[in-house]
Amino acid sequence: MKTAAVNKKVRSRRSLSRNDRLTLAAFIGIPTLMQIIFLWLPALITIVLSFTYWNGINVSDIKWAGLANYKNIFFGTPVFYDALKNNIIWLLWFTFLATPLGILLAYQIDRKIKGHKIYETIFYIPVVLSLAIIGIIWNFMLQPGGFVQGVMGRDIGNAVSIWGNYSINTYVIMGVASWRHIGYIMLLYLAGLKSVDPSLREASAIDGATEWQTFRKIVLPTMRPVNIIIVVITIIESLRAFDLVYIIYGTSTAWPLLNILVFQNFAGQGISMKGAAYAVILLVLCIGPILLYLRNVFKEDLK
Amino acid sequence: MSTTIVQNKEYRNKQKRKDNFISAFIGFFAFVWIFPILWTVWTSLRPYNDIISYGVFSWPRHLNLNNYFHAFQVMGLTHYFLNTLYVTVPAVVLTLFLGSLIAFVVSRYSFRFNLSLLLLFTAGNMLPIVLTYIPVFWLYIKIGDLFGNRSLLYNNYLGIVLVHVAFQVGFATFVLSSYMKTVPKEISESAIIDGCSVFRHYWNVMLPLLRPPLAALGVLMSCWIYNDFFWALILMSQDSKRPVTSALRQLQGQYVTDFNLLAAGASIVAAPTIILFLVLRKQFVSGLTLGSTKG
Repeated sequence: MKTAAVNKKVRSRRSLSRNDRLTLAAFIGIPTLMQIIFLWLPALITIVLSFTYWNGINVSDIKWAGLANYKNIFFGTPVFYDALKNNIIWLLWFTFLATPLGILLAYQIDRKIKGHKIYETIFYIPVVLSLAIIGIIWNFMLQPGGFVQGVMGRDIGNAVSIWGNYSINTYVIMGVASWRHIGYIMLLYLAGLKSVDPSLREASAIDGATEWQTFRKIVLPTMRPVNIIIVVITIIESLRAFDLVYIIYGTSTAWPLLNILVFQNFAGQGISMKGAAYAVILLVLCIGPILLYLRNVFKEDLK
Repeated sequence: MSTTIVQNKEYRNKQKRKDNFISAFIGFFAFVWIFPILWTVWTSLRPYNDIISYGVFSWPRHLNLNNYFHAFQVMGLTHYFLNTLYVTVPAVVLTLFLGSLIAFVVSRYSFRFNLSLLLLFTAGNMLPIVLTYIPVFWLYIKIGDLFGNRSLLYNNYLGIVLVHVAFQVGFATFVLSSYMKTVPKEISESAIIDGCSVFRHYWNVMLPLLRPPLAALGVLMSCWIYNDFFWALILMSQDSKRPVTSALRQLQGQYVTDFNLLAAGASIVAAPTIILFLVLRKQFVSGLTLGSTKG
């Protein structure tokens, strides 16, 4: 019986005709080649370039720099630490506030409280909007002539600057970022919650557990795979945060982030390979969470 | 016996009151959430002069759709929408096609490199995208020069399509291959025994079965690619070739004083993805679910 199965497998592999083999090669080859040429190769080139001096124009101008770009960043660029600080603020805010809120929201909506369908829709809408639009929408709230200015009793003539106020802009930026992030986490978690056996929750309710106990002791542990993915998403999103701040401040370093520094060195006055070095630093920070994600997702296959 | 029923009832009542409170609380939250969007739409319905002369909270003297007509005429949104179409449709179709090829081979034929291939694609989707900016830019110009036409990829829709495909195909591969694992192997086996060629096995047997995840991914990716505006900023040198989201960003600078017009523009550009989401919510959710909660 066993040998028959083995034979069958061998036969089916042998039985691939020349044409079939060519088809398979094309099926794998074309997408892989594209992926390598337009994604992996450029990524590798950037890593190499981070050890050089180059203005991005003529290849013959590339000069070996060793660790000079990195030294310059770590010891000669205070704004790097400002950016790192902001990325960490972003990460902490998302980890301890936005993500838990998204999860709690998903939990309540999953219990089918009154109006859950509408709530689900409303919280997700910001996620489907382009950052270009989000920038404009929040300008209508915050810029001169906007809603918040109106609430503060300020007209166009005597408006206060919100983006330029360094004591509050961090909170404002985090607020707008959460506006998007919470809905995203909510929907991801909601999808996961659908797979939790409802009888588990009923049982714990009958046993007299409070809502909070049920959530912590029953729901959270059964959602382990989703939890890991959400942790990874939160970390990666915080590290590569960029578009929102770019929309507000452009490539200026008014509120720097690692990604903004990359962009500033790639697109500002002149191209500098310090940008490549920033990108590599970003990559190094992302590798841990990426590996965690891959291990979690391909657990069975890796065995 | 009767006491437990009474207790149960009491418990239920208490729970009900609590739920109502929670619902009201989230409802308030939801209103705050949607408010900026409502405010934008409200702004778009008013003429600029109204706000200038009567203030932000003034009772509207004139409410009309003039800003919307203007947005199409003055900003030339139709033109930019077409640009978006030229990028989004080919990019989504190509991504799904290439992703389904890899997923098909990986889940139906056993090679030594199956897992490495899958890892390569999935990890590719998670790379910080900035890592590729400079080389892609440079590569596009060089490839163009090689073929004697500098705008073969650079400053061309094709170039934008290709980078989107390269970046998104990893996600498509991952979702489609995990879906294919749930399709019974027997279907493939009987196809092979019947002497199906590899191509027919893919095209006539597997592809029709993949319709649900393809639809879900199609919706999700259309939204993502529609919303992107960075690649266009980097790879399009001509403003007139940019997609509608990039153009909106440009127009923001140009019409910064007339923000009622801008509000109308933003509402128009936001409409397609919001409608897509409201109409095809199921696809949206299942796309994200397939991509995230496997395992």
